[in-house]
Amino acid sequence: MQQDGLDFKQAPPITVPFRFFLTAPLFGVLAALAMLWYGPDLFVSRWSPATLAVVHLLTLGSMTMVMAGAMTQMLPVLAGAPVARPRTVAAIVHSTLVMGTLMMAGGFLFAQPLLLKTALWLLGSGLSIFLAATLSIITRTRNPTPTVFAVGLSAAALAVTLVLGLTLLASRAWGFALPSAALRDLHPAWALMGWTGLLVAGVAYQVVPMFQITPHYPHWLTRAFAGVIFAVLALLSLAQWQAQGAGQPSWEWLALVCIFVLAAAYILLAGVTIDLQRKRRRRLPDVTVEFWRYGMACLGLSALLLVSQTVAPLRFAQSDLLLGVLVIVGAAMSFISGMLCKIVPFLAWFHLQSKAGVGKSVPNVRAMLPEKLQRLQLRSHLAALAACVGAALAPSLFAYPAALLFGAASVSVLWNMMSVAKVYRRLAAA
Amino acid sequence: MNSISDFMTNNHRECDNLFAVAEESVGNGKWPKAQTEFDAFRGEMERHLGMEEEVFFPAFDAKTGMQGGPTHVMRLEHDQMRKLIAEMANTVAAKDADGYLGAAETLMVLMQQHNMKEEQMLYRMMDQTFGSEAGTMIERAHAPTN
Repeated sequence: MQQDGLDFKQAPPITVPFRFFLTAPLFGVLAALAMLWYGPDLFVSRWSPATLAVVHLLTLGSMTMVMAGAMTQMLPVLAGAPVARPRTVAAIVHSTLVMGTLMMAGGFLFAQPLLLKTALWLLGSGLSIFLAATLSIITRTRNPTPTVFAVGLSAAALAVTLVLGLTLLASRAWGFALPSAALRDLHPAWALMGWTGLLVAGVAYQVVPMFQITPHYPHWLTRAFAGVIFAVLALLSLAQWQAQGAGQPSWEWLALVCIFVLAAAYILLAGVTIDLQRKRRRRLPDVTVEFWRYGMACLGLSALLLVSQTVAPLRFAQSDLLLGVLVIVGAAMSFISGMLCKIVPFLAWFHLQSKAGVGKSVPNVRAMLPEKLQRLQLRSHLAALAACVGAALAPSLFAYPAALLFGAASVSVLWNMMSVAKVYRRLAAA
Repeated sequence: MNSISDFMTNNHRECDNLFAVAEESVGNGKWPKAQTEFDAFRGEMERHLGMEEEVFFPAFDAKTGMQGGPTHVMRLEHDQMRKLIAEMANTVAAKDADGYLGAAETLMVLMQQHNMKEEQMLYRMMDQTFGSEAGTMIERAHAPTN
């Protein structure tokens, strides 16, 4: 029997996910301010300290912030068991993530090793606690669904990302040489194709068919995808590590094959998702669907660009920067923004509804976050994305418009999330 | 089909499809059609919730000796769904598209996370609990409406 440990009263208190969701757009605003300050210099090299700072304000402060918050909400439903002590875990993970990201960005921007060292301890401990809480639930799940499996491997990929990232950070903070230069490429590979990509895949298996009433993802895809990605990332790591020594053509070939497989798998995921959305039975316009469609298109383009980097004649100077913009702003932040539009008003409704009891009426999700505001969020995001793509290709022309538009898009998300939170506060107090 | 999982999961999809056509007609302002389609959706939903509340849940509670367990939470969510469906009934009668679409969107998210818990946990537990009796249970659940 499976009943033991099954808890259906799982929803954590609303403050648990909301503190993550409301903080994330603030880091978007901070990133925009840094973009405005540094201008075109930001789009010259991915290794410049200011670029590293802005990238991590986005990937940790914005993306990981929402992803961690969403997991505290989602795991109970998916795995049938709540996070233990949700308030305490959320308070620790949230505050260390906020402080750690700020210190890390500050450490990069102002060349302060002490800030980087503090960031290292904060992020290391906070994310380890998050991983321990998450993995303890997932490993206890019997008969994991493909989604739970993908989310589990995504968390495992976060663990790898964290170890690699802490090593890179330590080498910068204490000034020692890296064990291998391969770490610099492997850290973003695990972060984006592992932690982020696998979480998106796992969520997509559930959310795309459910909310839009589309056919399901093919079984072979959901069964194989996460395992293949994780295994190939591991193989890529081995190959790139070995290829660092001179005259290692066979390891270089293996690394190349790994990149092709990873890119092909993500192109497949993007293609299948767009195709499923095309077959959806709910035909009315939906902002979240559009966010996801643009996100998947950017995911496919990113994968093609990644492959193009392995072919010498197709390489160009700004390719790395463009890849970063397409993956982070184009894919990941589109998925996240689209999910926030759906989930945040629903959670507010759900908690108000359980408080209000029978007889009292609670404003529905569209009354809380009108479609008009969601559409504004989408449009400002797309404008920011276009300007960021422009800035990656022609920094001197587009860096400042990109900063302003990205700021506007972040303010739009912040405004929308805050307006839902305000309705919640007013009615919860009544 | 002789597992509760398959039978009830398919019925979820039928409800989803009825939901989608009614919503589309409301969105396009086809009111008489929307009313008919909404009535069909509401009827199928009530039948589904009824099968669970009158046949499957009591049998499961009796067999497992659980009180206030998973079926209790499922019943609470059924009540929340019924409130939203009543709101949809009022708004479709009043030809209030915004009101209907807002309630429908809320119901959709509530219903899908509810279905996910049933399909991935509760129905599987029921199939294990009832074993070979599952087939008779399905016939009994079917009976009142046939």
